[in-house]
Amino acid sequence: MEMIISGLLLGGAFGFVLERAGFGNPNKLTAQFRLSDWSVFKVMFTAIVFAAVGLMIFERLGIVASEELFVPPAFLGAAALGGALVGAGFAIGGYCPGTSVVGLMSGRIDAAIFLVGLLLGTVIFAGVYPAIESLTTLGEFAKADALPEALHVSSFSVNVVMVLAAVGVFLLGSWMEKKSSGPVSSTTN
Amino acid sequence: MSKTENSRPPQPYWNPLVAGLLLGVVLLATFVTTGHGLGATGFTTRFTAWIGMQIVPVATNANDYLGGMVEDGKPLSAWITWQVIGVALGALISAYLAHRIQFQMDGRKFLGGSKRSVTALLGGVLAGFGARIAAGCTSGLGLSGAAVLSLAGITFLCTFFAVGLLANLLMKEGK
Repeated sequence: MEMIISGLLLGGAFGFVLERAGFGNPNKLTAQFRLSDWSVFKVMFTAIVFAAVGLMIFERLGIVASEELFVPPAFLGAAALGGALVGAGFAIGGYCPGTSVVGLMSGRIDAAIFLVGLLLGTVIFAGVYPAIESLTTLGEFAKADALPEALHVSSFSVNVVMVLAAVGVFLLGSWMEKKSSGPVSSTTN
Repeated sequence: MSKTENSRPPQPYWNPLVAGLLLGVVLLATFVTTGHGLGATGFTTRFTAWIGMQIVPVATNANDYLGGMVEDGKPLSAWITWQVIGVALGALISAYLAHRIQFQMDGRKFLGGSKRSVTALLGGVLAGFGARIAAGCTSGLGLSGAAVLSLAGITFLCTFFAVGLLANLLMKEGK
């Protein structure tokens, strides 16, 4: 029961914010790749930095234990290859998996088709899995799973760099938005 | 008031800084509550296993990748299922309140014109396949993985954006 409530509430807030940001709109999402609307970078960077700094503070205060947080294993070849395919899928299809759900709920038929493709891609993967299983553990970095351990620096230093990078993304993005057609609004078709 | 519901113009989208901060709050709250971040393809993979169980149960059971999920007969019984149902409901409520629900084939202009259904399907297939190789998608590995400063999450985001930029060059703007 707890699982149901926390899933629905946290997922609900996630979907609400994504829709408010305009991330159910494939024209806005792909405008990031045309470099005319930097909302995807801005929103993602801000959220990542906010959560990373928040987790660091919560760890120091003893609210969360770092060893209880899930850190994905460092199969960097698999992450790079998967990221490349999801990026290509995003640029061609107009969505990533999560945002296609948001697109569908705002009435977009193309988002429904993207979701069908997503299931189809999963079926194809499962079908050829025995032959490509090694791809899922490709390029393991054995020394560390996270950046601070890999570089032997504190998470504080990494977070400082990330905050500066986020500020840079906002400055660069806003400048390029001014030079181009600018952010996609909710009324443009 | 009562009859103008559909004709009311859609509200503007949120400022990206505001949306980003609130998304950060949701992501942080998810880590504090569950120990992991937000996701999407964890559900679509389980949903694929569930469909397989209904249509081709023997093959699904025997499949190396999906078989483990249908062993107990309840592939959908997981936190991520409720989270994705939440995403759908949250998006629906937001779109409704902002007058942004519109039935349409969107994205024609930049994504294939009259072949929009083909680009949507192909994009979905690539993303679905890729997310299984990386064991995560933009939300599960990119967003959530980068928030815990993981090398895998950061690597995923780098190639995601680099290849996205390149693939976009293949897409011709239609009229």
